[in-house]
Amino acid sequence: MSGVWPWLAVAALGAYHGIDPSMGWLFAVALGLQEKRSSRVVWALAPIALGHLVSIGVVVAIVASLQTTVAVEWLRPAGALALILFGVFRFLRPRAHPRWVAMRVNFGELALWSFLMASAHGAGLMLFPILLGMNPASAGPHAHHMAAMAHGASAAQAVAVVILHTSAMVAVMGAIALVVYERVGLAILRSAWINLDIIWSGALVAAGVLSFAI
Amino acid sequence: MALWKPDQTFYPSPKMAMSAPREKLAYVVAFNPDARNGKHDALCVLDLDPGSRTYGQIVGRTEVTGVGDELHHFGWNACSAALCPYAPHPHIERRYLIVPGLRSSRMYVFDTKPDPRSPRIVRVIEPEEIAERTGYSRPHTIHCGPDAIYVSALGTPAGDGPGGIFLLDHESFDVLGRWEVDRGPQYFAYDFWWHLGHDVVVTSEWGTPNMIENGVVPDLLLGGKYGHALHVWDLRRRKHVKSLDIGAENQMVLELRPSHDPTKTYGFAGVVISTKDLSASIWLWDRKGDDWSIRKVIEIPSEPADPAALPPALKPFKAVPPLITDINLSLDDRFLYISCWGTGDFKQYDVSDPYNPKLTGNIRLGGIVSHAAHPRGGALNGAPQMVEMSRDGKRIYFSNSLYGAWDAQFYPEGVKGWVAKVDANPSGGMTLDNEFFIKFEGERPHQIRLEGGDASSDSYCYP
Repeated sequence: MSGVWPWLAVAALGAYHGIDPSMGWLFAVALGLQEKRSSRVVWALAPIALGHLVSIGVVVAIVASLQTTVAVEWLRPAGALALILFGVFRFLRPRAHPRWVAMRVNFGELALWSFLMASAHGAGLMLFPILLGMNPASAGPHAHHMAAMAHGASAAQAVAVVILHTSAMVAVMGAIALVVYERVGLAILRSAWINLDIIWSGALVAAGVLSFAI
Repeated sequence: MALWKPDQTFYPSPKMAMSAPREKLAYVVAFNPDARNGKHDALCVLDLDPGSRTYGQIVGRTEVTGVGDELHHFGWNACSAALCPYAPHPHIERRYLIVPGLRSSRMYVFDTKPDPRSPRIVRVIEPEEIAERTGYSRPHTIHCGPDAIYVSALGTPAGDGPGGIFLLDHESFDVLGRWEVDRGPQYFAYDFWWHLGHDVVVTSEWGTPNMIENGVVPDLLLGGKYGHALHVWDLRRRKHVKSLDIGAENQMVLELRPSHDPTKTYGFAGVVISTKDLSASIWLWDRKGDDWSIRKVIEIPSEPADPAALPPALKPFKAVPPLITDINLSLDDRFLYISCWGTGDFKQYDVSDPYNPKLTGNIRLGGIVSHAAHPRGGALNGAPQMVEMSRDGKRIYFSNSLYGAWDAQFYPEGVKGWVAKVDANPSGGMTLDNEFFIKFEGERPHQIRLEGGDASSDSYCYP
């Protein structure tokens, strides 16, 4: 895996999280409806993005640092197994979500909520095979320290992954939130909210299997 | 198994829920007043499909395993609150009815899916399990919350207070524990509901089990010892915020109907009786700024009566108290319905301006003195009591019994069970459905739940 594809995959995963109502856009719309102003919808995007960014950032940082200390022969199967097990867990217990009960939230609370939802979802874990598949040689002048490693993203690449993923998520999430708030209305939830949990748990397992193969 | 699309009985907002299809079935609990004969209480199924040959009849009946449970209120495992944005799980099914026995504290879980006309018991939660995990007993109101099933309980296993709220897992139905972290001065419990848009819970007060289980105690009543306050809580922190005391002469604050619109912070509470003049009343709570307040918005006077026509408990007063025992609010927060179980009145008020309700309809059936007749049922006893309304606000069903030990005091001849129906005009006014009358032989129907949800089954997070 090289070239533009890993970056497209990172962005696509971000967009996917942007589409998922339980990752934030629905909360943003709810806050707007509750206070009857669209500025509240826009306000909500920043803390939701921050919480999501920190959640995947933690996973990416762990993977990136492990790459420098653990041989890829060990890291790859361990990560793959984690993905598969987590996917199976999400499938068996789709409602093992944080028991958050609060509509009235400030910036910090909404960021914490977003962090918990993304973490419980395994959002960062999904980036593991992509990070592992990246070629550090293409990462610019600072990559030479890590060039000895056969696989894996450089620190700069890791940061870029987190920013790209979160940006894609916020762009999609914000667009959906505003369109639903201003035009479409929430009735669409009843028909369009397919069970993304099932898709996501399947994707986690598939990504785990794929990690063995990369 | 999880659904692929959201359960189609869930609606984001109360307004959207008003466009839900017409109900074809209702579930009604039937209480057997004489447990000594060994008969069981049952969950009955009513056919409400006008196109059906068995319309207006009891088409299903599932007996519970215990004896003397006194099935009373009940509710669904899941509802529109599953769409709430902070903990969404919309692919769960509205499928199970959680049915507590108010006297036994045993809770039955019925599965309505394999055959909606023949619900089956899939789990029994024993009173010991509830007592051990929560310290509570006498489970009453059920609401499907955003994160769990919430259940109110009248008191402790010994029959004293405090009563409160406990939680059930909305998948496994395991008893999770007591809800309150800081109950402040709250001691009595009865009903509860919430303003989900504001993270606020409101609870009401009846009395401890020891104060009610042998009938209303005149000394306690005249001494103002039954509940006379509402409690406002922080839903998130599970903390008591404020008590709204309405004065000791206003005895027993029972049913709570907060505005369905989650952006609003007002709601209605029914008060059974005033010790001053036997009147009954409706109180409006509301928040202005950060301060909660409560005021009386409806007062229904007692009616003078010949002592010879009154039960022993009422003879000295020479009057029939209205006894507001249940209320219901349409999903558009426009019409409030009130059951006066003493006089037999069933009242409709336009509460578009909640501070100034306007009486828009009145129907009388049964009643302690009037025994007002139904064309299909003749002279009736009991009176409109548990009231339930379709989501579109057009059809209202009610049953006529209150609570075993209290039925005997107000209707000593023994309440003969029935369910009747009223058709509401969307712009105000209502008419009795002269054809619809369901008689219960030897049993007393209590709460009614409509298939797919009704006007008191669901909570909404979006306006």
